[in-house]
Amino acid sequence: MVDVTPHGADLIPPAEVGEMDLYHPHSWWTKYVFSQDAKVIAIQYSGTALAIGLVALVLSWLMRLQLGFPGTFDFITPEAYYQFMTMHGMIMVIYLLTALFLGGFGNYLIPLMVGARDMVFPYVNMLSYWIYLLAVLVLVASFFAPGGPTGAGWTLYPPQAILSGTPGGTGPGIILMLVSLILFIIGFTMGGLNYVVTVLQGRTRGMTLMRLPLTVWGIFTATVMALLAFPALFVACVMMLFDRAIGSSFFMPAIVEMGEQSPHNGGSPIMFQHLFWFFGHPEVYIVALPAFGIVSDLISTHARKNIFGYRMMVWAIVGIGALSFVVWAHHMYVSGMHPYFGFFFATTTLIIAVPTAIKVYNWVLTLWRGDIHLTIPMLFALAFIVTFVNGGLTGLFLGNVVVDVPLSDTMFVVAHFHMVMGVAPIMVVFGAVYHWYPKMTGRMLNEWMGRFHFWVTFIGAYLIFFPMHYVGLVGVPRRYPELGDTAFIPPSVHTLNEFITVAALTVGFAQLVFLFNLFWSIRHGKEAGDNPWRATTLEWQTAGTPPPHGNFGKELPVVYRWAYDYSVPGAPEDFIAQNDPGPATQGGPATRGGPATQGGPATQGGPA
Amino acid sequence: MAETTLGHADHTAPRPPGLRGFIADWSSDQRAFKGVSWGKAMMWIFLLSDTFIFGCFLLSYMTARMSTVVPWPNPSEVFGLHLFGQNIPLILIAIMTFVLISSSGTMAMAVNFGYRRDRRKTAILMLLTAVLGATFVGMQAFEWTKLISEGVRPWENPWGAAQFGSTFFMITGFHGTHVTIGVIFLLIVARKVWRGDYETGERGFFTSRRGQYESVEIMGLYWHFVDLVWVFIFAFFYLW
Repeated sequence: MVDVTPHGADLIPPAEVGEMDLYHPHSWWTKYVFSQDAKVIAIQYSGTALAIGLVALVLSWLMRLQLGFPGTFDFITPEAYYQFMTMHGMIMVIYLLTALFLGGFGNYLIPLMVGARDMVFPYVNMLSYWIYLLAVLVLVASFFAPGGPTGAGWTLYPPQAILSGTPGGTGPGIILMLVSLILFIIGFTMGGLNYVVTVLQGRTRGMTLMRLPLTVWGIFTATVMALLAFPALFVACVMMLFDRAIGSSFFMPAIVEMGEQSPHNGGSPIMFQHLFWFFGHPEVYIVALPAFGIVSDLISTHARKNIFGYRMMVWAIVGIGALSFVVWAHHMYVSGMHPYFGFFFATTTLIIAVPTAIKVYNWVLTLWRGDIHLTIPMLFALAFIVTFVNGGLTGLFLGNVVVDVPLSDTMFVVAHFHMVMGVAPIMVVFGAVYHWYPKMTGRMLNEWMGRFHFWVTFIGAYLIFFPMHYVGLVGVPRRYPELGDTAFIPPSVHTLNEFITVAALTVGFAQLVFLFNLFWSIRHGKEAGDNPWRATTLEWQTAGTPPPHGNFGKELPVVYRWAYDYSVPGAPEDFIAQNDPGPATQGGPATRGGPATQGGPATQGGPA
Repeated sequence: MAETTLGHADHTAPRPPGLRGFIADWSSDQRAFKGVSWGKAMMWIFLLSDTFIFGCFLLSYMTARMSTVVPWPNPSEVFGLHLFGQNIPLILIAIMTFVLISSSGTMAMAVNFGYRRDRRKTAILMLLTAVLGATFVGMQAFEWTKLISEGVRPWENPWGAAQFGSTFFMITGFHGTHVTIGVIFLLIVARKVWRGDYETGERGFFTSRRGQYESVEIMGLYWHFVDLVWVFIFAFFYLW
């Protein structure tokens, strides 16, 4: 197997890059607010993302209340429903998941896992967060704008997005939405360049690309994809902003609005769809790939077994990333396109199942005969695998043109994408928070609150989304605030809708327990020590917990092995840290470029 | 050139040529691009991302132009000037293109003198580049003024498809913004070179970090990219 034996310890080359010029803060403001330390920026990103995500969660409750008990709540007008739906989708996909995985986990884990002092350009990294915060504030501002936020659906399809029939369409709502997206992209680009260059150029000695933990591979590939996919959204937003604000006609055809000929003429709404989905489909994998990476590390660590097929896992991540750029039009089967295009995009879509299935098999094979510890991160990781397979199976239905057409725009689609890119990645987010919270704060999250949170969330998610598949199969359309007395909809749908609403509110409540746990455990959690999970990767070998400014001690760690040396036969512990030179070299030949391992004190100490 | 990449010592070990070298670099530790500093790598990757932005803009423009059912205004006439009693097609654009390409030349010379640590010539050539860039933006402003006075608007124009005006203002405006940002940064870097900040290790006002002579070259990468993009805009918008 690769790098299991401590061969090559004497091949560690000297450092190519001198020590980094770190900015050492002198005041509270520069230490905790305008901080250039990736770890602080990560926590700022995560906190902001979770805060705005809470807004989106409340919006989903309001939507479910309306769907479950239509007509009961006077303030949920159809317009308000559209606005809740739009904002829920947009916030969850972009401002929560993208920001949390890349800005949050990316910032925290990349420098620590590759053995760097910080991101390569900490100042730009800091700007990235503040522009992201600005984007969030502009988004929040649209709730208070006259006419409210846009209700065009998260896809913002023109022409309806900027016409008077859509909430926020002629008011400031849509403008604020577009401006917020443009700001988000600018901010993200600043951060994204940092993540990519840090992984490519800022690794420590001995850390080859093929020794990176899969978490880094997932976040890295997702960031590269984001840097290539967000430009399409940027362009689409700029053009729609012009259509709306200065009356150009990029996306607006000649159209009669409220009995009057609109001034627009000759634009193409389909062009928006192409631009949007050229971003939108990679976006699915921008959210999924970090989850794939993180879950691989969670499974390996908590099953005390090396990841199965590491190289295959890496190539699958890269392959999925590349393929996801040529499948975008499977979101447009009903928009009207040449049948051969439908054939092409259906084929590429189904081909993605190959690398994805490789990953699922490898996760299962990693678990096979492993020493499985059912810790909370492991529970969430297992929940992810099951949920992702479930969501992937319905993807087979939607990827085929002929099956997709009748299912298009039904609740089946809603159930599918919530399973595959809503529930599944959020399971990984939770698992990752339970896994790395001890490193961020020095304390464990409360175990019993965590288990309660897990079981309610996991079972609840299935109670919400499994019935939704059925509701969609009988033909209930998505995005309708109420169904009325439609003949083809059986009464069971109404019962199920009430049931789903109760389940959704229950799951929502469990998230409040999680939030409470996050704050409660900062003071009252169990002391974690440096390496509570006895994990191999570098972030657990730091000079202290939480890691100090500059991450590692005086010397950067030197990496001798891959990240998955768990339960190595003959080793004194059931894990060997990446910066452990191993028994063969202790007292053996000195490394060519300086001292051997420089982990913090007591990193080899075993269970905390 | 070791000083150019301060803090980034060149990798001295001999590397196999061709594909083998590529594989050796990518399977090595620390850096995938050997001898490439962080700043340079970051600029290259940013330019790749920016390429996608301009690519999307130009593809959208081409889609609009090819799918429109009304005539597209003839660029040779629209962008012509009436000079010396006769109509000369594309004359202003030709001059603009010449100015911008020349500025790429002066930028390349500035990078060269930066390597030689010739502070004065580097700064002067960067200033000259900035002046040429500003001239380009000025001529673009003139072009915009002329078209606007002739009735071209983002929503209409006297000659044909409405998308002519909107794509023109959007794409040239976005490119002009890039040039303007470039001019501002050229002036900032030129001032730092002139004062010798990179020799004395003066710390930046915002970043509190020491700058490096390499900034000149990174600035050059950006500037050449902006020029290259103009070549495509010129070809697809004016010559089509």
